[in-house]
Amino acid sequence: MTTPATPATPEQRATVPAAPSSPAPSGPVVVRTLLTGWGRTAPSAADVVEAVHPDVAAAAVADVAAGRLGSGRGIIARGMGRSYGDAAQNAGGVVVDGTWMDSVTAVDLETGHVTVGAGTSLESLMERFVPQGWFVPVTPGTRQVTVGGAIAADIHGKNHHRDGSFACHVTSLTLATPSGTRRVDPEGDPELFWATAGGMGLTGVVTEATLAMIPVETSYLLVDTERARDLDDVMERMVTGDDGYHYSVAWIDCQATGARLGRSVLTRGDHARLADLPTKLRADPRRARAFVPRTLATVPVTPPSGLLNPLTVGAFNELWFRKAPRREVGRPHHMTGFFHPLDGVAAWNRLYGSRGFLQYQFVVGDDQGEVVRRVIGRLAKVRLASFLAVLKRFGPGDPGPLSFPMPGWTLALDLPVGHPGLGRLLDELDDEVVAAGGRIYLAKDSRVSRDHFEAMYPRLAEWKATRARVDPDGVLRSDLGRRLGLCEDGPGSAAPTHAPTPAASRAADPPREQTR
Amino acid sequence: MIDAVGQPQSLLVLGGASEIAQAVVASVAGRRCRTVVLAGREGPRLTEAVERARSAGVDQVEAVRFEATDIEGHGELVRSLFDRFGGFDMVLVAAGVLGDQQADEHDPVGTARVITTNFTGLAAAMVAVADRLRAQGYGRLVVLSSVAGDRARRANFVYGSSKAGLDAFSQGLGDALAGTGVSVMVVRPGFVKGRMTEGMDPAPFATTPEAVAESVVRGLERDAQVVYVPGVLRWVFAVMRHVPRTLWRRMPA
Ligand SMILES: Cc1cc2nc3c(=O)[nH]c(=O)nc-3n(C[C@H](O)[C@H](O)[C@H](O)COP(=O)(O)OP(=O)(O)OC[C@H]3O[C@@H](n4cnc5c(N)ncnc54)[C@H](O)[C@@H]3O)c2cc1C
Ligand SMILES: NC(=O)c1ccc[n+]([C@@H]2O[C@H](COP(=O)([O-])OP(=O)(O)OC[C@H]3O[C@@H](n4cnc5c(N)ncnc54)[C@H](OP(=O)(O)O)[C@@H]3O)[C@@H](O)[C@H]2O)c1
Repeated sequence: MTTPATPATPEQRATVPAAPSSPAPSGPVVVRTLLTGWGRTAPSAADVVEAVHPDVAAAAVADVAAGRLGSGRGIIARGMGRSYGDAAQNAGGVVVDGTWMDSVTAVDLETGHVTVGAGTSLESLMERFVPQGWFVPVTPGTRQVTVGGAIAADIHGKNHHRDGSFACHVTSLTLATPSGTRRVDPEGDPELFWATAGGMGLTGVVTEATLAMIPVETSYLLVDTERARDLDDVMERMVTGDDGYHYSVAWIDCQATGARLGRSVLTRGDHARLADLPTKLRADPRRARAFVPRTLATVPVTPPSGLLNPLTVGAFNELWFRKAPRREVGRPHHMTGFFHPLDGVAAWNRLYGSRGFLQYQFVVGDDQGEVVRRVIGRLAKVRLASFLAVLKRFGPGDPGPLSFPMPGWTLALDLPVGHPGLGRLLDELDDEVVAAGGRIYLAKDSRVSRDHFEAMYPRLAEWKATRARVDPDGVLRSDLGRRLGLCEDGPGSAAPTHAPTPAASRAADPPREQTR
Repeated sequence: MIDAVGQPQSLLVLGGASEIAQAVVASVAGRRCRTVVLAGREGPRLTEAVERARSAGVDQVEAVRFEATDIEGHGELVRSLFDRFGGFDMVLVAAGVLGDQQADEHDPVGTARVITTNFTGLAAAMVAVADRLRAQGYGRLVVLSSVAGDRARRANFVYGSSKAGLDAFSQGLGDALAGTGVSVMVVRPGFVKGRMTEGMDPAPFATTPEAVAESVVRGLERDAQVVYVPGVLRWVFAVMRHVPRTLWRRMPA
């Protein structure tokens, strides 16, 4: 695979004019860059350092800790910017672009253990290893995330009910912290390992990780699809049937209300063996294992406004529901379509226009299905355009104090920003989630209140204590961390070090390429 | 930090005792705001504003001395506040005087006082603020302008022109800050019933400090650049700008 090591982040990355980079003869080049998450809300500018090698990342952390780099507003790692909110932003501080760290350093094709740079994308892992018969142990709804981002958010897939979260399959990682670079594995230092998994980059920059991949015979899945008429119906099917499948997910039509509330399409599947495939594919094992992601379309920088409104979304949902087969068994689907249906359209986040959007994702216990119903009901009532909501069932929780999954139901849905009272409404939904003992997912969050957050993550103090062990001075900082009180800026931070003058401007630098 | 729906967690007010500012503080305190610094002229009004912010639920409230016309001191004041509090998510520029048009239009000192307070002094403070916001990489600068600045009226042109200056300055500053993560929102209320307008006959579409505060929060939510309060004034003033001079001249105060 020869993907050039360019950062492939299609969010706003315009280079900010009038911010001179330090002309220092030594040290990394920093470029002031405006960053957002996938939702394109709450932009902030940071000094971005390209970690062209793990040593550069480690040096940047050390330099910021020693006050040699940045203006006292800390440092955070960034992957492909697929978290929805402000997790991979550090306003006025330093951001390490980790996407350059994408080399494969060790491979054991007997056991499926691979050691890769933390900037390696899951897409490139699939391109490389699926044809070799190995698949990633956990994949989110997009393959365009880095291994570092997957660990930091301790991501989950459609197989959480049987395989747990991403970090459960990480056997070792290398972490650059303000108190030095160290190898961390779940046996040697479980505390630090699990504070890093789900720790949203605030325990250090992961530079390398070893993963246990899973064996597959083909790049196809055998998928069963069924329509469910309402929420009770789909939940019942999931409770009774999910255990029989490796992967399971339900897509809920949020426009359906009243008696049809929760009507959905349930898709579940297992990796196909070669023998399961149609004769034509079976005859060509190389094709049966091929993994060639394709971009079918790219959303333009300024899509027609008002593209997503209750009418278009309603029509889309209706069409989509009717298109789904009432019941279909054992149909082969390629991995790309089954796991990452949205990846075919590059930069689809632009569809929501300049104000951006957010994703609300929460989890509540098995016996709290009513909360799911009420949330869908309330959002349906205000007619906030949302294509589809995703409903999954989690298995046992993961050991990380800030890891999101816990046993029960998780619902995720996209909401456009700008609707009056959206913030208030979501606060009220948070009240319900907290009352039910549930929580929201930090990788998707861009607005939860501190009080709610603290109630949702009762092991926060434990996590903070571990973080303090490797970062006693609180050098690792992000916008999400500031917002939720995971880190803070001391006095004297971000004094302007220069009077911006046109002469010092870097306006001549073209904005970075937006490749995907 | 500012969240995805535009709500700040920390706020610096220049003109901290302003009635409109107090209403804004109450609104943002009911959402995410935990730290408020009220910079204003010392006195019972400022003390009262601190109390109100506390009872609105703000954890950390502090008052500091700010005299708009003390231009020499602005740089140092802004520097020390940003240093001490590690930055602000939002800065609200609320100081202002109405003046006494009939007297001021014959009094050089009176005219200069209105313009220095409302325009020169605040513009000076705003450049200091803008530099700090730019350095911290994000922030919302919210400026209380007025519809009086949309077109200066015979009956009110000293104040009106000072607001016109402040308004134009704010827009230019907003453009200068494009791409830095910092944005400027200009708020143009009509007649707001309160201390500043006490004893005056309410103009059509008169509003309240609370309504202005709600519009500010709403503006933050949708990342607006210009907000009229009430919203209908945007269209009213689009027309007013084209009323013939001879007629405009007779517009009452
Ligand atoms: C369409 C779509 C579908 C998604 N579906 C799912 C899903 O099904 N399940 C799920 O769990 N998530 C899902 N996500 C969320 C996504 O998996 C996570 O947000 C993931 O963290 C993104 O990885 P990234 O490389 O883009 O990281 P970024 O978004 O750049 O960063 C995310 C966090 O990771 C930290 N980080 C990044 N790199 C490093 C590093 N090298 N060292 C330390 N910290 C680092 C950052 O500081 C930040 O806190 C989805 C996102 C999208 C856009
Ligand atoms: N009220 C309206 O109808 C209306 C309409 C449109 C726009 N506005 C604008 O909205 C803003 C707030 O007004 P408001 O209605 O809240 O009136 P307000 O209560 O009188 O507030 C104005 C504030 O400005 C302060 N101030 C005056 N001169 C100052 C100086 N030299 N230095 C420092 N502070 C000074 C005042 O301080 P003291 O408390 O010490 O006097 C007062 O707290 C003003 O800019 C005003 O022009 C008001």
